[in-house]
Amino acid sequence: MTTHDSRPGSTGGADTPGPLHGGPDDDYTPEQLATISREDLDRLGARYDGVEILHVEPGPEPGSALEKRAVRQVGLMFGLAGLCAFGFVVVYAGAGWFLPDWQWELGSSSFSVLYTPLLGLLMGLAFTLVGVGLVLYTKKLLPHETAVQDKHDGSHFDRVTTGATLVGGLHNSGLARRKLITGTLAFMGGGLGLMLVAPLGGLIKDPNEGDPLGTTEWAEGVRLVRDDGTPVRPGDQEPGSLETVFPAVPEGNRLTDAATMLIRLRPSQQEAAVPRNGQEDFGYGDYVAYSKICTHAGCPVSLYEQETSRILCPCHQSQFDVTQGAKPIFGPATRSLPQLPITVDDEGFFVARGDYIEAVGPTYWNRERI
Amino acid sequence: MARTATAPGAPNTLLGKAALEVDDRLIVAGPLRRTLNKVFPDHWSFLLGEIALYSFIILLLTGTYLTFFFQASMTEVVYDGSYAPLRGIDMSIAYASTLDLSFDVRGGLLIRQIHHWAALLFMASIVVHMLRIFFTGAFRRPRETNWLIGVTLLILGIFEGFAGYSMPDDLLSGTGLRIMSAIILSIPVIGTWAHWAVFGGDYVGELIVGRLYIAHVLIIPAIILGLIAVHLLILVKQKHTQFPGPGRTEHNVVGNRLFPAFAGKATGLLLVVFGVCAALGGLVQINPVWLWGPYNPAQVSAASQPDWYVMFLDGSTRLFPAWDIYLPGNYNIPALFWPTVVLPGIIFTLLLAYPMLERKLTGDTASHHLLQRPRDVPVRTSLGVMALAFYIVLLLSGANDVIADKFDISLNAMTWIGRIGLIILPPIAYVLTYRICLGLQQHDREVLEHGIETGVIRRLPHGEFIEVHQPLGPVDHHGHGELAYGGAPVPKKMNQVGGARRAIRGFFSPIEEPAAVELEQRGEERGLAPADPHRELTTSGRPADGGRPSEGGRPSEGGRPSEGGRPSEGGRPSEGGRPQAPRD
Repeated sequence: MTTHDSRPGSTGGADTPGPLHGGPDDDYTPEQLATISREDLDRLGARYDGVEILHVEPGPEPGSALEKRAVRQVGLMFGLAGLCAFGFVVVYAGAGWFLPDWQWELGSSSFSVLYTPLLGLLMGLAFTLVGVGLVLYTKKLLPHETAVQDKHDGSHFDRVTTGATLVGGLHNSGLARRKLITGTLAFMGGGLGLMLVAPLGGLIKDPNEGDPLGTTEWAEGVRLVRDDGTPVRPGDQEPGSLETVFPAVPEGNRLTDAATMLIRLRPSQQEAAVPRNGQEDFGYGDYVAYSKICTHAGCPVSLYEQETSRILCPCHQSQFDVTQGAKPIFGPATRSLPQLPITVDDEGFFVARGDYIEAVGPTYWNRERI
Repeated sequence: MARTATAPGAPNTLLGKAALEVDDRLIVAGPLRRTLNKVFPDHWSFLLGEIALYSFIILLLTGTYLTFFFQASMTEVVYDGSYAPLRGIDMSIAYASTLDLSFDVRGGLLIRQIHHWAALLFMASIVVHMLRIFFTGAFRRPRETNWLIGVTLLILGIFEGFAGYSMPDDLLSGTGLRIMSAIILSIPVIGTWAHWAVFGGDYVGELIVGRLYIAHVLIIPAIILGLIAVHLLILVKQKHTQFPGPGRTEHNVVGNRLFPAFAGKATGLLLVVFGVCAALGGLVQINPVWLWGPYNPAQVSAASQPDWYVMFLDGSTRLFPAWDIYLPGNYNIPALFWPTVVLPGIIFTLLLAYPMLERKLTGDTASHHLLQRPRDVPVRTSLGVMALAFYIVLLLSGANDVIADKFDISLNAMTWIGRIGLIILPPIAYVLTYRICLGLQQHDREVLEHGIETGVIRRLPHGEFIEVHQPLGPVDHHGHGELAYGGAPVPKKMNQVGGARRAIRGFFSPIEEPAAVELEQRGEERGLAPADPHRELTTSGRPADGGRPSEGGRPSEGGRPSEGGRPSEGGRPSEGGRPQAPRD
């Protein structure tokens, strides 16, 4: 921190500093500080920060049995933690090298099954043991001190002076008088704000174009096929059974709204059946087909309890009665599952007689208007 | 500058010289000393927020690692990885890459599971931390801002978690996404438009996983990180609250300095949180997506539950009755809208507004730095427990099918228990809590007045039996205690006031001489008024100012401008001091 350069701008720290800002260096010269012990310097500094050390309970006496014991404990924790950490590295890197391969194979019951648990255990132990060691260190080996720090409320002086600076700046800007500038600023702010959010308009799309919510791929003559693409004919199913079918279109089994349950009613169910108004002929013989998409939140309703004729949605427990046109009889769903009108084509396979006559899936604002 | 370098006391060790070089350039010694000297109050419940912070660090670290492998694409591929049961099956790249990072990346499954566990812990510690803040009144002025930030963090955490567990595109997360789609559709007027904006079209489209991904790894974490920073800055600025106790006032903080005691404990806690998450991630399987299979709109598994922090909304959805509202013009408001949009809207608005509501209703606008014991604020405590009862009914209803299955209860009965419980349990919880609070208050007062029950029965000369009570302080001529209740725990057992001798140290074998300890203790007084160093604080209430350079915490002899803080002529403070606010 010396310089031999004497050109202007190169004098280093040799010129006169401005008025100091009342720092502690005014109160204590280096000579004074050099005579103060380290403990007292610590307390002195703390006092400058508004902290008073009230009480110090020293740690265990050096060389005492208590200290030795605590040191052994902390050392043991750190040592074990290191052991676990190295163990982690050995297991991690050694698998497939000098240890058996880590990659899991179906039915394997060897090292690969233990690989992830072993890694987790070793890593968990390593971290936890260091943590426990540190806490033991703090509790058993460090002096316990009680300190108290002052808490300051807001300063009136600071408020007044800061306010003066702010108001002064605003006053000098003359914005209160220069109406043209405030006016154009507001205009500009509004414009820029809109300009910045305008590109989000790219997200907006018209949901009513082509009525995607109200229609599915089902249409007149579209065959009902299973997940593997095979068509279904009457007699394939036991009475009382349910099969999930899809429209015979490309990727039909991946469509989000076309999944349909083809249910063959038992004779007793068929006798008790009360179809919905105007949908009496939607079934075919003892077969009925209902949308699989829950009218509540869109989950696939899947659990069919044929003794009670109920279909349960596992998401929110809405229950639909297949003998009553899949009317909701318990839970939060409000609408019946839409029924697909079905018949049999010339080759004897089930086909749809048309699309669902109402929107499938969850209810929305303008559903009734379609 | 030059003065320090050549002055006596200049560092002569290598480390000291290096420190001088650093401080000469960055001038950090002062701020560093202030930081090291910062006092933290010592109470276990102040560590709950730290757990949230540390689990967030885990989330950032493990999450970054996961992005090296996860591909947020919904393009269909045929799986060809090492998990045999799914080989040859069509699935999205997102799901396939999740399988790959679980089965084909060395240690990837561990990191993924740590990430998920840390997320659960993050949300849990936020909630428990918030309960602590609520029940002790730590949200009161001046800390309303931090309460608002905290609740915002909770809400963001829910969205962040939902985005995270929806990304793998497995059967379970796809079911959750389908429900989210229905929830967006259920919003009146703008529902379908909002759905088209979020999903880029009809459910499910090709975009949503990519959008969830960028929300999950950039947008929401960036906001969370920023808010955490502000949360902590405000906390440092406002300093900690503390429970009332000897020497603790509204104008101080009593505890440990940051360095070394608090830093040691906090680092220890950080490592323990890391360790617990790592152990859970390795030992306890979580979200085994390979068992659920790829998402298929026509399939679902029973017991489809979201992660726990979304479960209360699943519960409300299950309990809400089938009430569609039909409006003129063939419009309708779906039943789904109320429990999934309106209810959380009300819950979180109330939560956000609570400090302001309480301020308004109680008229308490003062600044508070001392905490309250829940029993001393029975109305707030009861309101909190009431809300908690409401929440727990919703939470359990989110798993009511599992409860019905495991305990062999009718599923419909579970729904009805939830519906009825949601209405009658909160008021019951309120009344019970209120009575318990009053009872605890009365017991505190009773012990202060009559003393601690010692269990010693004495027979008086005229035959009456009395129990001897140990007064906690001075008594009046009736024998009634004169100590007033100060908001701090009242000792209620003789051992808490030194009634018992300390145990001999040592776990398996004594490490000190029992006889010596007994001798040492024979000299000590027992009962009240032990030689407790903290007790000197009770008398003054505030530590003495003796030896402090000045009142301001910063010496300013001569630095304070004359005449009440007005700068002297020329606008510059006189005598090289800076103007100081007049104190108090």
